[in-house]
Amino acid sequence: MRPAAEAFYGTIRLIRRFEERCIDLVRSGDIGSGIHPCIGQEAVAAGMCAALRPDDALLSNHRGHGHFLARGSDPGRFLAELTGRVGGVDKGRAGSFHPSDLSAGIWGASGTVGHGAAIATGLGWALARDGDRIAVSVFGDGAVTQGALLESFNLASLWRVPVVFVCENNGYATTLPAPTAIAGSVVGRAAAFGIPASTVDGQDPEVVYDAMAAAVDRARSGGGPSLVEFTTYRYEGHHTFERRMRLAYRDEAEVARWRERDPLAIQAARVPPDVREAVDAEVEEVLDAAVRFALESPHPDPADAFDHLYATPVRLRAGVSHA
Amino acid sequence: MPKLSYAKALNRALTDEMERDPDVFVLGEDLKFALNNVTTGLLDRFPDRVLETPLSEQGFTNFATGAAMGGKRPVVEYQIPFLLLLVLEQIANQANKFRLMSGGQVKVPVTYLLPGTGWRPGWGAQHSDQPYGVFAHLGVKTVIPATPTDAYGLFLSAIRDDDPVVVFCPMPALAMREDVSYVDLAPIPLGVGRVRRTGTDVTVLAVGHLVHEALAVADELAGEVSVEVFDPRSLHPFDWAGLAASVERTGRLVVFDDGNRFCGVGAEVLATAAEEMRLAAPPKRVTRPDAAVVVGCAPELDLAVQPSRAQLVAAIQAVVKS
Repeated sequence: MRPAAEAFYGTIRLIRRFEERCIDLVRSGDIGSGIHPCIGQEAVAAGMCAALRPDDALLSNHRGHGHFLARGSDPGRFLAELTGRVGGVDKGRAGSFHPSDLSAGIWGASGTVGHGAAIATGLGWALARDGDRIAVSVFGDGAVTQGALLESFNLASLWRVPVVFVCENNGYATTLPAPTAIAGSVVGRAAAFGIPASTVDGQDPEVVYDAMAAAVDRARSGGGPSLVEFTTYRYEGHHTFERRMRLAYRDEAEVARWRERDPLAIQAARVPPDVREAVDAEVEEVLDAAVRFALESPHPDPADAFDHLYATPVRLRAGVSHA
Repeated sequence: MPKLSYAKALNRALTDEMERDPDVFVLGEDLKFALNNVTTGLLDRFPDRVLETPLSEQGFTNFATGAAMGGKRPVVEYQIPFLLLLVLEQIANQANKFRLMSGGQVKVPVTYLLPGTGWRPGWGAQHSDQPYGVFAHLGVKTVIPATPTDAYGLFLSAIRDDDPVVVFCPMPALAMREDVSYVDLAPIPLGVGRVRRTGTDVTVLAVGHLVHEALAVADELAGEVSVEVFDPRSLHPFDWAGLAASVERTGRLVVFDDGNRFCGVGAEVLATAAEEMRLAAPPKRVTRPDAAVVVGCAPELDLAVQPSRAQLVAAIQAVVKS
């Protein structure tokens, strides 16, 4: 069942303010990597993740903070990951670019654009052998020009794997506009492999939820993969480094047009003002506590640099000779 | 005692492990017809655990990573050694890093099996590579069994290991047969080398099928030089203590390695020996030359860029004299 309007509003508000706090922490140097902000795309995360069961598996990407928060990852532990602390969800080994949090059903974020889809396909195949969990692969428009993505479409369709391919089409692969990169269409690619696909408004979390719920049902009931392309937009740059570089690859009018469809405003209009105020206040409290937790969490001990490298440990030599 | 071939040993290890562990499955190209004899009979016994894939090496390598994260133990078979470089990113950058990047939340127990690396006479320049050094360099667990018994034991351990492991099976060793008692077949731990022949004058560290060449050379020189032959069996992890113990006894070292010279396994072994072991004479290595390409279609050219017995003899004699 579709969640209540205030629940979606709360998720979108949490993601928006989390990203704004992160940008502050990038400025202060606490998040050394910078981040790929998802401001403007929050409705996709909120609607998509609400359609999943807690034990379903999602593979995220470099612009994935919203996915984590929407799936219920602890904001404090997640932020501690971004600041490289041992209290982070991955003990400081993932940072902003490659996080995972299995307790929230997020199994990783591959940095090789488009390649995570085949990992999600294999994961979905394995999960289906032992039950009715499904896998979700989330990628952007930049991924659809990768051959590896098409290999995953082929395998998933051929073997009827319960996986949902989600394309967050925000119009740009870093600086490259989608129309100058993509011949044909995103959904046309899926159709070529016999995968049902649709293009859906990604700024309205309720519309996102409905489309995603249909794809999830199909996967869970043995119908195989689907692709949903959500049209959306990022109001910030590709990465926070753009705040210094001021790259002029899109004009102000375009950004302003998309701001008229701000997911936060769209969902706010569905929630009474007093409820909104209460949600906003709670979000600030949660984020204050998260920032405190992240900055108070210890830095890793250099002696632990090899921890978690192997599951079956091997003896490794140091970088300097012992004799 | 029954004769066990190298290829049959691989088949037997995989069959035994699939029998023992229902999470083990195999995927790759043309498995139904078992072109490399590794999957012979498996489809009949385990019809839903043999996944014949289309030609999508990058796709099915990543698929294996996901399946492993989801609790399975995939064994991926590749037909051609160079395909491993097509999927180098998927193995070294995805499969091998997910455990670390997740802070230990996931494990990725995938085995990549190469039943036929090195020179394939007549098969052209793109089928005769030995890319094992690349994987060891990047920290991917890498084994290269020389005998049927080792092939069985190391393949079994690779499947049971909780991390990605690449198993290189040298083409010239595949036809090799060995007298074995099946009850003696057992897993062999990664990172444990073996002295194949004891000697007192010089240690020859030989990799893969070159172990057999080194043993032949040791026989040939028996009256003249006492050669100890050390087979590391796995390249990462590497049995440095085993090698050091051998060199401690002999004081001299020659490495016999079918990889290219620059940044190869031979280079690493010599560097470590120079830094950390007590040597009575400067060590030597016999390898493929820098930038070597085995063209595969002209035996004269192919042999010119592969390490030979004659080169090993000369290197041993030079090291012993100095």
